[in-house]
Amino acid sequence: MNSKNKVLDFVNKYTMVIALVLVIIFFSVQTGGAILYPSNVSNLISQNAYVFVLATGMLLCILTGGNIDLSVGSVVCFVGSVGATLMVTNKISAPVAVIIMFVLGTLIGAWQAFWIAYVRIPPFIVTLSGMLIFRGLSNVVLDGMTVSIQDCTGFVKVFGGGANCYVPDFFGNPGGINVTCIIAACLAIAIYVFVMVSNRLKRKKKQYEVEKFGPWCAKMVVISAAIAVFGVRLAQYKGIPNVLLIVVGVIVIYSYITSNTTTGRYFYAVGGNEKATKLSGINTNKVYFLAYTNMGFLAALAGMITIARMTSAQPTYGQNYEMDAIASCFIGGASAYGGIGTVPGVIIGALLMGVINLGMFSMGVDQNMQKVVKGLVLLAAVIFDVVSKRGGKFVAKNT
Amino acid sequence: MAKILLEMRNITKTFPGVKALDNVNLQVEEGEIHALVGENGAGKSTLMKVLSGIHPYGSYEGQIFYDGEECHFTNTKDSERKGIVIIHQELALVPYMTIGENMFLGNEQGSSFKINWNETFGKGNEYLRIVGLSESSRTLIKDIGVGKQQLVEIAKALAKHAKLLILDEPTSSLNESESKHLLDLMLKFKEEGMTSIIISHKLNEVSYVADKITVIRDGSTIETLTKGVDDCSEARIIKGMVGRELSDRFPKRQSNIGEVCLEVRNWNVNHPLYTERKIVNDVSFNVKKGEVLGISGLMGAGRTELAMSIFGKSYGEAIHGTIIKDGKEIHLNSVEDAIRNRIAYVTEDRKGNGLILSNPIKINTTLANLKGVSNHGVIDRDKEYKVAVDYKEKLRTKTPSVEQLVGNLSGGNQQKVLLAKWMFADPDILILDEPTRGIDVGAKYEIYCIINQLVSEGKSVIMISSEMPELLGMCDRIYVMSEGKFVGELSGEEATQEKIMEMIIRGADNTVANSAS
Repeated sequence: MNSKNKVLDFVNKYTMVIALVLVIIFFSVQTGGAILYPSNVSNLISQNAYVFVLATGMLLCILTGGNIDLSVGSVVCFVGSVGATLMVTNKISAPVAVIIMFVLGTLIGAWQAFWIAYVRIPPFIVTLSGMLIFRGLSNVVLDGMTVSIQDCTGFVKVFGGGANCYVPDFFGNPGGINVTCIIAACLAIAIYVFVMVSNRLKRKKKQYEVEKFGPWCAKMVVISAAIAVFGVRLAQYKGIPNVLLIVVGVIVIYSYITSNTTTGRYFYAVGGNEKATKLSGINTNKVYFLAYTNMGFLAALAGMITIARMTSAQPTYGQNYEMDAIASCFIGGASAYGGIGTVPGVIIGALLMGVINLGMFSMGVDQNMQKVVKGLVLLAAVIFDVVSKRGGKFVAKNT
Repeated sequence: MAKILLEMRNITKTFPGVKALDNVNLQVEEGEIHALVGENGAGKSTLMKVLSGIHPYGSYEGQIFYDGEECHFTNTKDSERKGIVIIHQELALVPYMTIGENMFLGNEQGSSFKINWNETFGKGNEYLRIVGLSESSRTLIKDIGVGKQQLVEIAKALAKHAKLLILDEPTSSLNESESKHLLDLMLKFKEEGMTSIIISHKLNEVSYVADKITVIRDGSTIETLTKGVDDCSEARIIKGMVGRELSDRFPKRQSNIGEVCLEVRNWNVNHPLYTERKIVNDVSFNVKKGEVLGISGLMGAGRTELAMSIFGKSYGEAIHGTIIKDGKEIHLNSVEDAIRNRIAYVTEDRKGNGLILSNPIKINTTLANLKGVSNHGVIDRDKEYKVAVDYKEKLRTKTPSVEQLVGNLSGGNQQKVLLAKWMFADPDILILDEPTRGIDVGAKYEIYCIINQLVSEGKSVIMISSEMPELLGMCDRIYVMSEGKFVGELSGEEATQEKIMEMIIRGADNTVANSAS
């Protein structure tokens, strides 16, 4: 491979990471560094926590063949409404309410999944119907009113991203630096490096092919540096937002499922070639069922995060959340035809959207223009995906 | 001598890795019915695709003269403007549109802003009358049978003012009386001055309608027989179709055949959509340990459907019959059941039904047996990698790494990945459906070696192939299938191409005769 190809290969592989870095640099210059303020970095996480969670679930649906779930915004709202009502009106304890919310979300997911997977109603139709049904039911549950959950402090603290929802500093916050956060970042880097090194050693020992040392090292250094910078920024503000722990948990678990389990493999297989998957003895109905049921489960989690951040439930919450999730997936490299996409990719996509939001907000760009920009970014990302897969031919052959 | 309407000169068409047409010459006189015959894959359809512009000018070498001038068709619109209309074997009608709408699809009556419906249905009825179809042009396509749909296709061609009509296997899904009607229609058109080219496997039909018969074999024109001048008997045509030499293209094998390990009795399968149509009709066969069993037949004979219906009912409706493996009756209701009973089906359509092109070799290799590389649902990726590398080396797949996407491999290497996938599932019986379709001679030889390796390990291979030399060179025993039935069984020694072809054609004629009576 010559050097030009190598560059192209690199750009192709890390397009969105490069885009993210460029966007961060662009907005840093434009805002005089404001978007890198510790408070902004912290807010980026708290504000977008629901996107990370929903996009992860959406990825599984999209993997099965570019199928999307339009109902997640309404399900987020409905589950949140039920949870808030249970805790405030019915005085049910937060842990029990959380369990009920998870069960409710999963059941809603299973309801839609049944029609999609076994009756083979197109997901677009089923989830469009879900979007209407659960938006309507949210209004019914809340009676059109706002329910404040300000007094449910425990719940808000665990799932929220507001003022007091941070992991406390066990070291007394010397000099305004959150030491717990620094230690956590160090620990994260240590675990990451340990896993990378031990995997490499194990492979070497079994004489499997390993990545070239240079790129492998560079990748490790870059990711470790990113964690370090991120950790320091958070430590300079109030430390680790509790919701970050939830998000990291979701990312780690789902990254593992998609890349290391047979179940995860099935999602990719179905999206890559459903007929071949069926003929390999895999129950494809079950795969669809799992994808949409899981989406309901994660929508419930996003519902909790949403009402905790807002410290209330309103019938209008969650609008357009599905669009944020879908956009993150496609920007993050998921294929609109299914079968391709990774959890880390989708998280990069969600971060990219988040940074663009935050940057434009800091620059004082008009709200409506923000939507225009986001729309164009989404379109550009998918055009890039489709055209590059066609071997660079811009216009499709008419055959 | 009549005027030459069409002349195709020295047409050569290559696909990546394969020469589909090699210096083909074809002359068609005005007002004649010209038949093209040849085995599957001989290049008949490709030639017609070149003629109609589906393979555009520039993608082939050679010249096409039509009506005295040289033509450079870049798409079907160009050729249709000249009056060359092709009717494909697979009907191209939209089921939920009316006959009239279908007839004028892409050729709408009226203006672009206002379709003239009266004209559409009025003219539609007129053309329907010409082809002898007593239906209203307002009837939906889905409500009429295949035979009538074929007539609609012809009416559609007439609506385009066809001067040269090309019919690719027009009677393959028709019954006797429908076929007769269609052939008589062709003769009627001929009297009115229409020129037609018909591609058909049914030689009795060919000798019934054709004035001239051109035989194509391995991408070259072999001969053109003229009715009344040359001997046009079926035997003579068959000789032309299969007359190639069998060279030493097959690796030797010491057959070591054991007991019967799989027996299928009275197997019946109906079409999944047209559920009254029988695709596999009371088929019984067996395969022995260490044996390579061939199933010969023409495309559409029901071989793939037979194999897929056995493989966990992956095809068809109303499947019934008995499967006995190692002396015990088994019921295979899903692919999972079939794999568990150690039966594998390697599809003929490796891109469509076999491989995930967007995934690497590694992932494709283990897909049918993920249990073999995982522990409680967690994949051991190192082990998976090792398995893939082992098979890559064992089958000599040419690729830099097993991380390579399957879509980037050549046909032969894709076929090897597909074989690896099913070998890793560790079956006793492998059904290989067209295992060497579209791959070059060298890769074919390697696939044959793999087959020999498999049977020497005591596995059984059922090989479905349209390439007769391959069956003759590889198989210990050959069943001949025609029109959904097994019409003969030959041992490897006694089988010849002529015998098989004769059985197929005799079988086809018999079935047609039976269904008509």
